[in-house]
Amino acid sequence: MTAETALVTERRADHADPLSPAMPPQDKIVIRDLHFFYKNFQALKGINLALRDKAVTAFIGPSGCGKSTLLRVVNRIYDLYPGQRATGEVVIDGRNVLDPRQDLNLLRAKVGMVFQKPTPFPMSIADNIAFGIRLYERLPASELEDRVEQALRRAALWDEVKDKLKQSGLSLSGGQQQRLCIARAIAVEPEILLLDEPASALDPISTQRIEELISELKTDYCIVIVTHNMQQAARSSDYTAFMYLGELVEFGETEAIFTKPRVAQTEDYITGRFG
Amino acid sequence: MTLYARRRFLNALVATLAIAATALGVLWLALILFTLLSHGVAAIGLDLFTQMTPPPGSKGGLLNAIFGSVAMTAVATLIGTPVGILAGTFLAEYGRASRFAEIVRFINDILLSAPSIIIGLFVYEVMVLRMGHFSAWAGATALAIIVVPVVVRTTEDMLTLVPNSMREAAAALGAPRWKVIVMIAYRAAVQGMLTGVMLAVARIAGETAPLLFTALNNQFWTTNMNAPMANLPVVIFQFALSPYADWQSLAWGGALLITASILALNILARVVASRSSFSK
Repeated sequence: MTAETALVTERRADHADPLSPAMPPQDKIVIRDLHFFYKNFQALKGINLALRDKAVTAFIGPSGCGKSTLLRVVNRIYDLYPGQRATGEVVIDGRNVLDPRQDLNLLRAKVGMVFQKPTPFPMSIADNIAFGIRLYERLPASELEDRVEQALRRAALWDEVKDKLKQSGLSLSGGQQQRLCIARAIAVEPEILLLDEPASALDPISTQRIEELISELKTDYCIVIVTHNMQQAARSSDYTAFMYLGELVEFGETEAIFTKPRVAQTEDYITGRFG
Repeated sequence: MTLYARRRFLNALVATLAIAATALGVLWLALILFTLLSHGVAAIGLDLFTQMTPPPGSKGGLLNAIFGSVAMTAVATLIGTPVGILAGTFLAEYGRASRFAEIVRFINDILLSAPSIIIGLFVYEVMVLRMGHFSAWAGATALAIIVVPVVVRTTEDMLTLVPNSMREAAAALGAPRWKVIVMIAYRAAVQGMLTGVMLAVARIAGETAPLLFTALNNQFWTTNMNAPMANLPVVIFQFALSPYADWQSLAWGGALLITASILALNILARVVASRSSFSK
């Protein structure tokens, strides 16, 4: 019996479609029949998924399963690279953002992203935050300073950097740099935050701070996090999507996924049998 | 001889050869500097910077040639730098691996190693002949053509060193492409790009061949860019080959002046480059 037929049997035995659990009405992002290609390689195969607002959704799965790719479709950052394309629909607030007419800058103003490696810009800490704000608003200096402070406070970084706002963002530690990037993302006042393995390059203490931050931020944002760390997904997310080889295998409330997964493959992965 | 002893002997032999080769190379450089210093220092004085190039047998300096060199180098840098930076930006940010970019990159590499006398001849053909006379504009143009490929190359190389994650991060905030380039990529690469410009300036400051056919020379003070203009390399060329001792002495002084300026520029370029945030 091949893996695929095993999967199908498993689903039938369950008499429930693991891909569409009962969703509450506040879906922020609805993904329909999404296929994604890197030139000729198909990285996502017909993803259907609805992500809730004011909640954290974790994408888990082994390397190369397409979870980062899925994240990169939501703000269309893949558009920077020729040869990468997506088909299907990603509907945010009723609009399909894969529509070629979608204004990418407006989309990205609404959908913030933080990457695996901290990416402070080569400028001062304050300017790092102000960079994003200045893209959308012309504010008097005092107001801009307030916004910078707000964002840094929200990212739990203010107390550590308030005396050195003029110093280079590169002078911070890795964990601080990552919180700076989160502050920079939320300074633009997005509605969705995409976090691509935000803590994988950080030490345990910095990781903990980032996780605390995520749970604080979820009251205001729709947060999507890609992670390789099972504990992190279990700890900090409300919903979990397990992906494998470009397909969505199972999606549901994190507790359910981690305690009684409906698909054998999910169980194998979260218990560490493969991946 | 055991294998180990043989290996040790070979190691010592190769190390000796390498050191000897290095010493030989440095020796010539040291000799050149020593000769320049011993002959040139005598000519360095207030007159050198305040008097015009003299007729044979009378006292004089190199003021008009110094001014000409500075003026033409400055104009060439002002023309060549923006062109080079924009073209380098195209290659690194827009063209990348496209066929057109590959062709441009290849041609640029050829231009980078083109003999400067050919560039001088080219400008002579398209500017001097058409204008009917030598001019500082033509000289500056020839030098600008030398600046462009150097700046294109360093700009592209430095921008390529800026990690893509930086561009993604800026784009993810909703920054349009030109802002990502101007405010993020340039800022990250600025030291390296400046170094490239300085190396280009150092390169053209001593170029003689392209000026022989274009700016030629001028015995007198002029600030008219539309007329032939004196410049250090051509003055050195002319004075050094002359039979007059005072001209020869001025040539040595000029040579020392150029060498010192280029050395200073190179040191400055190194200092700037060592402060680069991506040199690690």
